[in-house]
Amino acid sequence: MKFAILVFPGSGCDIDMYHAVNTVLGNKAEYIWHTEANLDGYDAVLIPSGASYGDYLRPGALAQSSQAIVSLKEFAATGKPVLGVGNGFQILAEAGLLPGAFLRNKGLKFRSGRTKLTVLNTDSTFTADYENGQEITIPFAHEFGNYYVDEKTVEELKRTNRIVFTYADDNADGSTADIAGVLNETGNVLGMMPLPERAVEEIIGGTDGLPLFNSILKRWSENNVSQA
Amino acid sequence: MTKVNVYVTLRESVVDPQGVATIEALQTMGYKEVENVRIGKLIELEVDGSVADIDARVKEMCEKLLVNKVIEDYRYEIGEVAGK
Repeated sequence: MKFAILVFPGSGCDIDMYHAVNTVLGNKAEYIWHTEANLDGYDAVLIPSGASYGDYLRPGALAQSSQAIVSLKEFAATGKPVLGVGNGFQILAEAGLLPGAFLRNKGLKFRSGRTKLTVLNTDSTFTADYENGQEITIPFAHEFGNYYVDEKTVEELKRTNRIVFTYADDNADGSTADIAGVLNETGNVLGMMPLPERAVEEIIGGTDGLPLFNSILKRWSENNVSQA
Repeated sequence: MTKVNVYVTLRESVVDPQGVATIEALQTMGYKEVENVRIGKLIELEVDGSVADIDARVKEMCEKLLVNKVIEDYRYEIGEVAGK
């Protein structure tokens, strides 16, 4: 399975993502610079964290003017998986591929550490390898992690089972309905503020992010076996 | 040259943590009359004034990039800049 990692000026966690896919999972990931953005031949797209364009205007806002996002929208429309973490989630929301927007953390400070998440939906491409209701520990690092969606949208997200991760016991940044990760309507685009690619090896403090990547791989092999 | 000022504020329904911190500071300083503080931003554009339909184009810029309507409201003023 071939992964594309979109890289913007200011992306910071692209190397973590590359390491997770190539070294830990033994698959193939390639960097795609935002001006190139030819996504032909890739099976999944990963949008890493960092602070693309220095978080100017609003986090993730300026990335949407790039060729990469034009190509990404076409790619997402084919139903192939797209995962955005941290700033990648902010980019997906700004590009209109996911609902909601981001505000500065409630406490006005950048925060980082490890946080407990509850897995709410294990039917998705990204979460099949978790157990329903499972608590996982995933690192996070953000200043604009305060996810906002209006009440009507929250109800819609709940009704359609699109909230896949919630903060289990620490929603200090103020996200609406404790939301830590959401899917798009068709279930092939996931955005989450915590950073699963930083939780794929025991040596760096845990492997709770691994099932997320394994879920993507498993779904991909199932689809490709059934098509063969 | 035409100058456009775009004023962006958080929507009323959105909690503004910077505004909340600021009103607390003002009240601590004795300005008890302050009832609400909302912090927004001002975006100044200088635009080629000969462009037709400048109003519609500014509105489009706001909706497509400058403003995120999920959390923000905006208004703008269009005026000539003397001496440019």
